[in-house]
Amino acid sequence: MKLLTTMHMWIEEASERECSLGETMLQHEMWHSETEETVILERMEQQLQVMEKACERGLAGVTSRAGLSGMDGKRLNEYRLRNTTLLGPIVSQAVAYGVAINEVNASMGVICATPTAGSSGVVPAVLFAVRDALTLDRRAQLQFLVTAGGVGLMLANNASISGAGGGCQAEIGSATAMAACALTEALGGTPEQCGHAVALALKALLGLTCDPVAGLVEVPCIKRNGTAAATAITCAEMVMAGVESKIPVDEVVLAMGSIGRMMPVALKETALGGLAQTETARRMTQQLRETGRIDTKN
Amino acid sequence: MKYKSIFDIIGPVMVGPSSSHTAGAVRLGHLARKIFGREPKRVGITFYGSFAETYKGHGTDVAVISGLLDMSPDNPDIPDGIDIARSHGIDMTIGTSDDAVDFPNTVRLSLEDDEGKLDFTGISIGGGMVEATEINGFEVKIDDENPALLIEYIDKAGIIARITARLAVENINISTMTVSRRSRGADALMVISTDQKVPDETVESMMKVPGIAMVTPME
Ligand code: SF4
Repeated sequence: MKLLTTMHMWIEEASERECSLGETMLQHEMWHSETEETVILERMEQQLQVMEKACERGLAGVTSRAGLSGMDGKRLNEYRLRNTTLLGPIVSQAVAYGVAINEVNASMGVICATPTAGSSGVVPAVLFAVRDALTLDRRAQLQFLVTAGGVGLMLANNASISGAGGGCQAEIGSATAMAACALTEALGGTPEQCGHAVALALKALLGLTCDPVAGLVEVPCIKRNGTAAATAITCAEMVMAGVESKIPVDEVVLAMGSIGRMMPVALKETALGGLAQTETARRMTQQLRETGRIDTKN
Repeated sequence: MKYKSIFDIIGPVMVGPSSSHTAGAVRLGHLARKIFGREPKRVGITFYGSFAETYKGHGTDVAVISGLLDMSPDNPDIPDGIDIARSHGIDMTIGTSDDAVDFPNTVRLSLEDDEGKLDFTGISIGGGMVEATEINGFEVKIDDENPALLIEYIDKAGIIARITARLAVENINISTMTVSRRSRGADALMVISTDQKVPDETVESMMKVPGIAMVTPME
């Protein structure tokens, strides 16, 4: 095994070994961390259980400390169970789960950062929405997370996975690319197709700014976890239909990094611009400073 | 390659909402407690920069206090940190300051009980990683990832050699070492990060070196 540093290297390695990206990444992790497969999978199982508990809690309904967010995951879930949704059973689940998990983050619940706390809903939401329909056994679910983790590594080392470093395209954008890739693999896509899924998902979200209201990881973060989960599924399905990225995936990754560096500091987690400086957001910020709470009614 | 493991991406497991403002804050409280060496009776917290702006919404106050109570960032009891501290009879004051700081996420802590006092300044540098930058007026740079020794002493020739000799005898490797003092010949603080934990006997033998005021081991 050699150190895999780009999507291209990873895809080539998988093709040579005639195995999936996830299997290759598992071998890579065993090799560089000098750890046995069972130990890695057991640890991933723990992360998966944290995600499952967070989703369950969010669907039951939670609110954030400041009162700015909450209960939408529950709302979305009840709506989809009561109605025939345009999104259909799978995508509507993904949206509800993404929001629910990220509401748990905002409410000081226990989550697994994937790749960050603010974007922790996207990957598990997609996994939980598809695992029954695709009859993924536990091993396949763990591999889904291994593949997603591998994509995150390539993005973190060649671009960014932090809102302060690269804007929200680096957090939610990365999470979406991770989920799209893992889903493409679960659908039986080739390693090349998995690479296209990463490129498509990133391109859908390039330029996305990080301008959270009052500096809190709530608005727009939570709803974005829902819409991004739907985007990930869309990208995977586009790729399975034979759609390809015209720009090679590693170049898209570098573009994300370069856009992140060009993005003004006001739009990189400082809450000094954009959505965070709207009239309402400024009033909310003031209210939080004075009372520790935000009243979303007035 | 900054990120090596898939668990740097699928992880850490933590209490939300923010790795810098919540998970990092727990680790800062925890680091201060390790330096203080026990649970404090009185705690003063002052937030600066972005911590001052948003601590209420991120639960940074609850997080720091939970760290002082020896919790780690994935402890589900963190949201109840203040109530737990109150039930332990800990007296807490929490405030903010507009003073300019070098780093946006800065907190000053003053920990006290009947045996002593610690003034601590720490920063949350991103991704949940933290550093202590000042201890009792001494500039330092201490993280919570390696074992370390904090040694307060009177600044005079030969002391450093006598301390490091005791580590050499035990075959303990020093990874970094910094010395800061308030003025020449006055009291000084040595911070030694080591690859292994320093045995209790070695710590005791250091205490006997003339001029040494205090040795605090941190695991
Ligand atoms: S808006 Fe900023 S804080 Fe919110 S999820 Fe995106 S990057 Fe994270």
